[in-house]
Order: sequence, then structure tokens, then C-alpha cells
Amino acid sequence: MDSITTQVFQQIINGLSLGSIYALIALGYTMVYGIIKLINFAHGDVMMVGAYAGWFAITALHLPFLPALLFSMIFCALLGVIIERIAYKPLRNATRIAALITAIGVSLFLEYGGMLIVTAQVRTYPPVFPATQYIVGGVYFKYGDIVMLVTAVVLMALLHFTVQYTKVGKAMRAVSFDKEAALLMGINTNNIISFTFAIGSALAAAAGVLMGVYFNTINPLMGIIPGLKAFVAAVLGGIGIIPGAMVGGLMLGLVEAIVSGLGASTWRDAVAFLILILVLIIKPSGLFGKNVREKV
Amino acid sequence: MRNWFNRKNSITLLGIVLLYAVVQGLIVLDIMPPFYMLTLILICIYIILSTSLNLINGIAGQFSVGHAGFMAVGAYVSAMITVLLKGPLILGLLAGATGAALAGLIVGLPTLRLKGDYLAIATLGFGEIVRIVFLNMDFVGGAAGLTLPKQITWSWAFPLMVLSVILIKNFVGSTHGRACISIRENEIAAESMGVNTTKYKVMAFTMGAFFAGLAGGIYANYMYIIQPGTFSFLKSFDILVMVVLGGLGSISGAIVGAIVYTFISALLTGIPEWRLVITAVFLIVMMMFRPTGIMGTKEFSLSFLGKKGDKNAASKN
Repeated sequence: MDSITTQVFQQIINGLSLGSIYALIALGYTMVYGIIKLINFAHGDVMMVGAYAGWFAITALHLPFLPALLFSMIFCALLGVIIERIAYKPLRNATRIAALITAIGVSLFLEYGGMLIVTAQVRTYPPVFPATQYIVGGVYFKYGDIVMLVTAVVLMALLHFTVQYTKVGKAMRAVSFDKEAALLMGINTNNIISFTFAIGSALAAAAGVLMGVYFNTINPLMGIIPGLKAFVAAVLGGIGIIPGAMVGGLMLGLVEAIVSGLGASTWRDAVAFLILILVLIIKPSGLFGKNVREKV
Repeated sequence: MRNWFNRKNSITLLGIVLLYAVVQGLIVLDIMPPFYMLTLILICIYIILSTSLNLINGIAGQFSVGHAGFMAVGAYVSAMITVLLKGPLILGLLAGATGAALAGLIVGLPTLRLKGDYLAIATLGFGEIVRIVFLNMDFVGGAAGLTLPKQITWSWAFPLMVLSVILIKNFVGSTHGRACISIRENEIAAESMGVNTTKYKVMAFTMGAFFAGLAGGIYANYMYIIQPGTFSFLKSFDILVMVVLGGLGSISGAIVGAIVYTFISALLTGIPEWRLVITAVFLIVMMMFRPTGIMGTKEFSLSFLGKKGDKNAASKN
């Protein structure tokens, strides 16, 4: 195959791997926003905690990949619920800006509180996958890439199933549609909101473990930039819309891979934000969003 | 003609001059520890930043989190003038502020039609783009940053701060300021009353950007070095926190917020590993128990002095 096509396919593979991580984080953002209209800036840091939990499970508890992933997801689900109960619940009826400042506070707390516990030292993720590479028509597939994509797709499918076909999912959709009406219908909205945080945080933890595996190193501030990017992805797809977050994440990953592939890797974050601004100006509700007409 | 030197204004002026003189005296006598000096100048810079962000967020009600971006534009433009072109400081500061205002105009025109969270995200994105642009400009040092001489002294920072606050305060009290407040309260109602909402939103945004650029210029010419990393969105958050801490929509609140926040940061420099943890807990607790900030939307005023004056005048009669 001719080398440019190979290059393009290679970047698409890289972009999809990275994009699936963004998509997993973006799902948490979008679900939380959809249900309580809060930009949960601490979400990227929950991902960081997930990466550390996975690292701990693999190095100290000597668990293989899947149990370590599960361990990290459960740990972060609990963390997410605790954060929601302590920090966000008292502010349910406060102004948006107060909730946002709290989210920033929680984010700083996780970053620097985490730094106190695990120190600022960069940790290396142990190699959990064999370094096997498959070559199909000149394009390299790393074993890790495939596992990442599969994990992400399986988790998203599970999420889709939960939201669309279970009772809890139905309740989540109801709460995000109209919180008060849902309450009147006998839905325990507080529990549903906690459940949303638990799922979102578990997905972020999975993303954290995958990120650790993908980039090999983790540190307490690793969550900031991917968190912001994932947020961009969520807005790109239409914030509050679950399939939008998946597509947004994958698109963002692809764009970054292509920009890096063109040799402008220092500009890739700028391109991501530029796309964000353009999308917001042209179609503020995101690619999948519906325009809501404002009534006076 | 209005009496500019009524009792209230004279006392405020006297207070400002006294404050300046005391600090300047301590500097001249060389008994001001350098760390205190740094903190005082930083407080001046942050007061300009927080009052100007307050103009956008609190007065006009447009949720912007890209203030560090404007600060970066001001810092880099003024650094280019003072270092690369060897221009005078005042020209650098003015050019920086004007550059930032221009950036504000360019960004504000398309993005200010967005509302609430969407505007916040767009401005956040803008701030990050600015940072990355400077990161990729090799003639201003890239990631390593640009070193520049320290030209800012207390005699520069303090009067500039006072001037900025007075200008912003007078803007808020003017017809234009009232129009901005009406947009904050209810945009649709304001529009139906004949307020040109786009014009006033862009005006407040550009003005906020201008002062952020000024603060950036002061920062650059005081700190010896500027790096793109300094102007990340975390800096925007810092400024936003000051504004909310002091009370969104209150000019004196923004000043109090900037002083308190900078002061707390300075107090905690002895324990760097705990500094941000304590700040974080402080923020969370603050939002739980007093989400309106220290001042709420109230203004600290010396009107009681004016009243006293009136009473005296009345008793004389």
C-alpha cells in the first residue's frame, strides 16, 4: 500500500485509541451536566484517581488488567458518590457559579490532596499487555490499542443499555428531563443523581487506567488537560447527550491525531479549542443537540 | 457643576494618598521586606484583574473564564514593546492594554451571543488558544518564556490600580453601566426596553479585556519573566474565585476578594504542599455557607460620612 494512505490509517488508529479515552471521560461530563446542569470540573481529576487506583491494584495487589480495571472503577464510583454527597448536594439550589466554584475547589483538592498522598513523583505504569503488534497492510495495531478500543466500546455499550433499557436508566432520563416532575412521580432524585455520579466516575476511572496503560506514566496533575479536552468533546457532541459525547470524543481524538500527523503537534490543543469555538458559534447546542427555542 | 470634592470623595482621596504615602515611606526607608512588597504589588495586579472580570461577570452578567488570555495578551504585547523594541514602559502598558482590548473585541463579537455555560466554555477555549499561540511564538521565548527588566514599582502599580478601579466604578455608575446591569438582570426585558444588548455586552467585555491587559503588562514588567504556562485557565479560575469570593457584582467586593485571596496565598507559601489543599477546602466551605461571597452585591461605601456631614449641615441651620 502506498505510504501516505498507510500514514493516514495509522493516524486514524492512534486517533481512535486516544478518542475512546476522551469519549469515556466525556460521558461522565455529559451525564452529570444533563442531570444537574453542573460542569463538573473535578471529573478529570477523578480520572487521575482512577489511574492511581489501577496502578495500585496492578503493582501492589498484583492483579491482572481486568480485575484492576474493575477495582479502579468501583473505587472511583464510591469517590464520585462521596464528592457528590459532600460537595455538590448542599448546592443543589445554589447559583450555577457557586456550584462551578465548588467544582473547581473539588478539582484542586483532588489534585493537591492527591499530591500529598502519592507525592508529585511521576509513576510508571507496569506493562500489562504483551508488546505484540499486528501489521495489516502496513498499519501497526498494538495489542494495547485493540484492548483499549474494545474496553471503551464494551463500556459504552453497557452504558447505552443501562440508560435505555433499565429502570434506573429510565429514572435517570426522567430526572434529566424534569427533576421536579420526576420527584412527583416517585423517583428518588437524590439517589439517581448519586447513581449518575457513580457511573460517570467509574467510566472516568476506566479512562484513567487506559490512559496509564497508553502513556505509561501517571502523575497527580495528569487529569487537567484530558479533563478539559473531554469536556470539549462533550460540548462538541452536544452536552447532555450520551451518543454525542461518544462521537465528540472520537472526533476530537481523530482531529488531534491528524494535526499531530501533519507535524504540528504543539498546535493540536489550539485546534481542538478552535473547533470548539467554531461549533459553539455555528451550532451552540452541539452536533447532536436540538435547538431549544427560548420562551419569554 | 457637580462638586467633585465633596466630603466623601475628599476622604476617599485622602485615604488613597495616605495608603500610598505610608507604603512609599516604608520603601524609601528600606524597612519593607521584599516578600511584603511582592504581595502588595500582586494585590494591586489582582485588584485590577478582579474588578475588570467583575465588570464582565458581575455587572454585565456574561460568564467569562478567559481572563488569563487577555492578561497574557497584555503581558506579551507590553513585553514586546519594552524588551524587543526597547520602548518606554508607559507605551508598553498602553499597547498591552489596547492589544488585549482588541482581542476582547474580536473574541467578544462572535461569542457574546452565547449564553451562560456555553459562553464560559468558549472564553475558556479562547484563553487556552492564546496560551498555545504564545507557546509557539519563538521570538517571545516559547515555553521557556521571556525575561524582562523589572520596571514596575509601587509608584506605578498603585496609581494604575486606583485609576483602573475609579474608571470601572464610574463606568458602572454611568448610563452605559446601568444598561449593562439591565442586561444582567434580564436580557430580553432590557432588549425590549431599547437597550442595544450586543453593543453593551461587547463594550463591557472589551473594557474588561483592556484592564486585564493592563494588569498583564504590570505583571510582566514586575515579575522578571513571563511564561505561557502562567496564563493557563487555572489563572482565570483564580481571578474568578476572587470575584466570587468578594461578591459577584460588587466592585468593593472584587477588591476585598483580591486582597483576601492573595493574602491567604501569601500566608500559606510557608507550607507549599498544603497551600492549594487548604485553598480548595476554603472554597468548598465558602460556597456551602456563603455562596454570595464576602460582600454579596453590596458596596462598601463611605456614605455614612456624607450623612454625618449632612446632619452637621442641618444642625448648623
